Amino acid sequence: MSQFLEISGLCARIDADGQEKQILRGVDLSIPSGEVHVIMGPNGSGKSTLSYVLAGREDYEVTAGTATFHGQDLLAMEPEERAAAGLFLAFQSPIELPGVNNANFLRTAVNAVRRARGQEELDAVAFLKMAREAAKALSMAPDMLKRNVNVGFSGGEKKRNEVLQMTLLQPTFAILDETDSGLDVDALRIVAEGVNRLRAPTFSALVITHHQKLLDYLVPDRIHVMARGRIILSGGPELARQIDQEGYTKFLAEVA
Amino acid sequence: MNALSKDMSGPLALFANRLNTLAGPERQAAAGALARTGLPDRKSEAWHYTALRALGKQDYAAPPAQVDDGAVRALLDEVLRAHPAMAGLPRVVFVNGRHAPAFSALPDDVDLAFFAQAPRFGLQAAPDRDPLVALNTALAEDGLYLRVPAGVDGGHVMLVSLGVAGAEPVSFHPRHTVVVEKEAHLRLICVQAGQGAYFHNPVTDIVVEDGARLEHVTVQTEAAQAISLGTLYAHVGHQSVYDSFVLGLGGQLARHEVHARLGATRGVVHVNGAQRLAGQQVGDITSVITHAASDCTSRQTVRNVLDGHARGVFQGKVLVERVAQKTDGYQMNQALLLSADAEIDAKPELEIYADDVRCSHGATVGALDDEQLFYLRSRGIPEHEARQILIDAFLDETIALVTDATAQTFCRAVLAARFAGKGDVA
Repeated sequence: MSQFLEISGLCARIDADGQEKQILRGVDLSIPSGEVHVIMGPNGSGKSTLSYVLAGREDYEVTAGTATFHGQDLLAMEPEERAAAGLFLAFQSPIELPGVNNANFLRTAVNAVRRARGQEELDAVAFLKMAREAAKALSMAPDMLKRNVNVGFSGGEKKRNEVLQMTLLQPTFAILDETDSGLDVDALRIVAEGVNRLRAPTFSALVITHHQKLLDYLVPDRIHVMARGRIILSGGPELARQIDQEGYTKFLAEVA
Repeated sequence: MNALSKDMSGPLALFANRLNTLAGPERQAAAGALARTGLPDRKSEAWHYTALRALGKQDYAAPPAQVDDGAVRALLDEVLRAHPAMAGLPRVVFVNGRHAPAFSALPDDVDLAFFAQAPRFGLQAAPDRDPLVALNTALAEDGLYLRVPAGVDGGHVMLVSLGVAGAEPVSFHPRHTVVVEKEAHLRLICVQAGQGAYFHNPVTDIVVEDGARLEHVTVQTEAAQAISLGTLYAHVGHQSVYDSFVLGLGGQLARHEVHARLGATRGVVHVNGAQRLAGQQVGDITSVITHAASDCTSRQTVRNVLDGHARGVFQGKVLVERVAQKTDGYQMNQALLLSADAEIDAKPELEIYADDVRCSHGATVGALDDEQLFYLRSRGIPEHEARQILIDAFLDETIALVTDATAQTFCRAVLAARFAGKGDVA
């Protein structure tokens, strides 16, 4: 039985303006069930690419390596199958969907996932009750369910809407790609509490961040440093504090 | 009259038998104009993108006197079933261009008459300028005359035009007139539907008098083999509003042509629309909005969703005359192409002779957004459903412009009934 999430030798590239650009150059990472892991690293090191590849974005071509989730070949699955299997990506820049009502979107997503998981679909009344409670716990204004998805939302509102989606879809593995960026201290705490509410022996998270602040609330199990498309260093929570104080330069120099 | 027959070449020949036996000065003048111009071909600028070749090679007969009531009932039921409120609305039903009293439920608060009893050609539609108006003028048998008296709220009226034809093509050319008098209000919902091979060529003459308001929604769900070429003239008075929307879904070839004239100050015109076409369909939304007085506003937002080999045409001209200072004009045409073979031909035109105006226009063409698709799929929504959500959203933003809530819900219901679960690539 393999572990909860196993990434081995993962390489991926993107076709940018007709030029193929290698971004992931052999990522090895394993995350056991029930743990919160953190990826830190300088801009351009491949953190977001890793999150997109795991979620199934088609722009990236996987050229080598494997990723298994609950023993299943994650890379062979469609994005919606990955979501149904329990994977959730909180986008660094959540996408606006003009003309798509947020409540309808959330209900469609929740019921699609429930259907795929063999659970009964929720009717409008039951869904709205659940959504309103979850939104309230994230201190979201009630009208955010009535608005179009992310359209006209502030940066903080978009991030809360991501956490709301995560709460409703009940993933077993969440990737949070800089969900803390652009948040004030209060919003940061609310978002972190949203993640902490999901914490359970069956829930893991991979948190991409530049800041120690979020980790004060989330209390991670492992810290990984990513540079030039690879994990170059892993350690305990103290590693994040060290990076916060000293920056990446020292670590990059050590592996260079 | 017989002298005309030798001039009727091209598609016009398909109507020659009927055009040669006309009575009355208007009809004869129209036939004369047609004989001079013929029906438009691609050399005609206004018809460069929309060819009338689809009219085919078979003569168009006048519709038979008898039609199958069961077929009419089935078509009408389908229209009324789309939304629970529809069956309760007053309606005037035309079958093959003729009023069908047995299927109508006439409104009370408005003044009604029928062209068959009292022909009225209206004042705006000029046969010598537009061959399709000439064809209508020559061959019109019936049509609705609807007048909302001054100060009256006429509520809703549905004008339902049903075509019921077999394999032999028929054509009908109804001539409608709508007058909304001073300070009056009307919500007019026109529905076009049918079965078989027919050519529907309506001309509608609309006057919205000072301070009046007409909300006019057209839902075009003509039969798959049908050709539907409608021309509409609207005169908009001082401080009055002509707020129109067309939803184009049916027919093998359909054109909705609107000529709106802002003839007095502070008038408002909306000529909005949406088309969703697939297969070999051609759908054309053409408009000429003339600002002939100062301080008027015109708005036009048209969106097209085109799949298969479908082709959308948008021609939008905004003419601002010299006197029309402080004009506020906006025009936007957008197309979503769902397949590599779908096509949009867009021809926006601004012609401005006044010097103190605010006019803008734009056009976009694109495919479904990959990022939006991925976002939806990453939330567990299967691809075909995600596509459908984005297509619906694209069209829904124009349907949201329909101010009459009943008509808006009706448009949504018609779309949902037609396209539920069809987000897949054709």
